[in-house]
Amino acid sequence: MNSIISLRNINYSYEKKTILHHINFEIPRGAFVGLLGPNGGGKTTLIKIILGISKPDSGSLTLFDKPLEEFKDWNKIGFVSQKSNSFNKGFPASVYEVVSSGLTSKVGYFKFFNQKHKEKILQAIDAVGMSDYTYENIGNLSGGQQQRVFIARALVSEPELLILDEPTVGVDYENVQRFYELLHDLNKQNGITLLLVTHDTGTMTKYATNIACLNKTLHFHGKPEEFENLTEKEMSKLYGHDVNIISHDH
Amino acid sequence: MIADLLEYDFLRQTFLTGILIGIIAPLLGTFIVVRRLSLIADALSHVTLAGIAFGLFLEKKFAFMVLPPIYSGLLFSVMGSIFIEKLRSVYKAYQELAIPIILSGGVGLSVIFIALADGFNTELMNFLFGSASAVSRTDFITILIITIFVLVIITLFYKELFTLSFDEEHARVSGIHSKQIHLLFIILTALVIAASIQIVGVLLVSSLMTLPVAASMRIAKGFKQMMFLAIVFGELAVMIGLISGYYLNIPPGGTIVVVAIIILLIAIGYKKLQVTKGG
Repeated sequence: MNSIISLRNINYSYEKKTILHHINFEIPRGAFVGLLGPNGGGKTTLIKIILGISKPDSGSLTLFDKPLEEFKDWNKIGFVSQKSNSFNKGFPASVYEVVSSGLTSKVGYFKFFNQKHKEKILQAIDAVGMSDYTYENIGNLSGGQQQRVFIARALVSEPELLILDEPTVGVDYENVQRFYELLHDLNKQNGITLLLVTHDTGTMTKYATNIACLNKTLHFHGKPEEFENLTEKEMSKLYGHDVNIISHDH
Repeated sequence: MIADLLEYDFLRQTFLTGILIGIIAPLLGTFIVVRRLSLIADALSHVTLAGIAFGLFLEKKFAFMVLPPIYSGLLFSVMGSIFIEKLRSVYKAYQELAIPIILSGGVGLSVIFIALADGFNTELMNFLFGSASAVSRTDFITILIITIFVLVIITLFYKELFTLSFDEEHARVSGIHSKQIHLLFIILTALVIAASIQIVGVLLVSSLMTLPVAASMRIAKGFKQMMFLAIVFGELAVMIGLISGYYLNIPPGGTIVVVAIIILLIAIGYKKLQVTKGG
């Protein structure tokens, strides 16, 4: 099978509220998947389920052809969270140190970083174009630069799948474009499979190979071209606007 | 003091012990400060006081040393640290509640043991404010062993501790056993606090863990650099504090903390100067 992630009939509810309903979802190897959807549509929850942080009420999940319970190879998955941009800015760590933390679990307990690891760390910093700031304090960098450092931290363990949860929140427009270029290169040149959660519909149709739209259920999953052809009615269903219209009508 | 150092065994022990805690207190303090756990040090120092009071009480009641106070202090401190972790998991949304609970519990127990032992004595005063003469041979050996243990564990788990401190969620997702490592770390903290109390005293021990770090934080560019500078500042504070305390006949806890505060003020001033210079 060539799916890196495969979700079957995933249901998830929180305090009796359905967050995810019957999600069936596959991510093929080498894809660049854009996961779109309104706030509260369950995007972050879905990511948490994939990462094993939240447990679904029912359904099954396989990662790299292994059921979640048996999956141990977490180094194959890199994760850049929404929160990484709101980390404690006063934390005195250099770019090098932050990126090195991405190797911690791969190197393993009771072992130290060797020359090869050090080179990998420098390579990852170089890959995101941050070499000039290797020994700078991360708190002194701009939001866009910090986000690049967090990508480097995810890349350093050489993941096959990179999951990014709204990584461009708080990053200015110009840097967002450069950021997408970087992701595009990682996908095309390094063959890394990408799952990107975002609000940025326009940019995603330009870069992604697959687009998925989530609002409790998966409303759309297909090619960007097909997504652009969605009718207004289908779009409003996805974003739940028709519900709003009724509630305003009394 | 140099001449006295050669002449008196106890002074030499005090001085060497000072060097040791000048390393381990700021070393662990670096992690404590960045993880926003500074107040845990205070809670644990008060639990240690209860342990010491318990040891002194046994000593007085049974007229021989059942358990040297440093050991009963260590025991209470480690038990307190495990208890704090339990409380933090019980009150998930209000984790800081664990601190006043443990702190007041420590003081309460101390008062009871002190009363049972029929009141204060000079030994207890030494533990409150630190002393240049309270360090016995047993204390010194115990603190030496604690220092070696702490250094070995921190070296072995440095990368995990750093990863955990910087981003706990990321650490967990990448498969690091954050709970176990955190528990190990808290126990180390308890050991260091019990060790440091001999010289800086219960009331001031947390400052030796936090003030040098607060100063180095202003200057350092990276985490390792901050750690190194914190140890340098800690050593400076302990050495200058011990010597001046000895000559002025003041408990060293007071002089060490005042020196640490002066270093902190200099670091803040230095940073301000740099910022203005840089534009």
